Amino acid sequence: MALASDSDILEQAEAWHRAGLGVAIATVVETWGSAPRPVGSHLVIDEQGHFLGSVSGGCVEGAVVSEAMDVIGSGTPRLVEFGVADETAWQVGLSCGGKIAVYVEKVVS
Amino acid sequence: MKAAFLQAMNAERAARRACVLVTDLAQGVQRLVLSDGIAADPLHQELETALRMGKSGMVDHETGRYFITVQAPPLRIVVVGAVHVSQALASMAHLLGHRVIVVDPRTAFASKERFPDADLLAQWPDEALPVVGIDRYTAFVALTHDPKIDDPGLVAAMKSDCFYIGALGSRKTHAKRLERLGSAGFAAEHLARIHAPIGLDIGAVSPAEIALSIMAEITAAQRKKPERPAGS
Repeated sequence: MALASDSDILEQAEAWHRAGLGVAIATVVETWGSAPRPVGSHLVIDEQGHFLGSVSGGCVEGAVVSEAMDVIGSGTPRLVEFGVADETAWQVGLSCGGKIAVYVEKVVS
Repeated sequence: MKAAFLQAMNAERAARRACVLVTDLAQGVQRLVLSDGIAADPLHQELETALRMGKSGMVDHETGRYFITVQAPPLRIVVVGAVHVSQALASMAHLLGHRVIVVDPRTAFASKERFPDADLLAQWPDEALPVVGIDRYTAFVALTHDPKIDDPGLVAAMKSDCFYIGALGSRKTHAKRLERLGSAGFAAEHLARIHAPIGLDIGAVSPAEIALSIMAEITAAQRKKPERPAGS
């Protein structure tokens, strides 16, 4: 199977939404220092915790998925930062020493 | 994000049209700007730069701070002529992440063994190019040296809004080409779009070096600000 491209990722989000699932889109909006995925990269998540794409090299995806669950529930977008200065970032392991900001928003009709 | 924006972004990408999603992160307010709406948008300068660079990012503007998600269609390079230079050009373009389409009616040239990284069309350019669809995210390159094959391709390219047109051949060959295309009815401003002799002047000798000079010229056409004001 080929690696998912940006187009596959947003198409998957649309397909999930059409199927009646709650969907969140996470987007890397800022990076500082070394960051594994460029600004604009997407991770899309459905209400059951399925996800496609990436916002880091796998370091913070788990945390972003749980943020996405909250956002799907509340409908309110949020901006989340992960970095070495942040206690949780160490826990979730952004070991590259970089810092990223991720915008998580729900797909709404 | 509104589901309608998500659907529109997917539809625009499938149609090879650019669009930009503008998000006010503080307010959570979004708008989707389609390619024909960019010029009228308050952030048009920032949007145009971001589109040219193919880069999403934060933008500070007097009206606020925005994140712009750029969706530019992937570049394509349409090459007429499945020749030695084209083989090197196809490999380089593949490394740069561009899709390459090679058109050559001579089936002995347009073979998958010679072009593992390209889509091949063993057809005449005047049949193949309308199907391929040359758009503003396409670079067109004519490399056969044979007017019978190159000229119909150049005609199709000049009628399109592709961002680059180049043709292989010496100044003398190009002068003859301009004469032919001029008497076929093309005005000087159309003919001036053709980069010839093709490629940046790096003293290229081998086919790979010529391909490098072409690839560099295409990259410059893609990334550098246009020297002429937009619309002229």
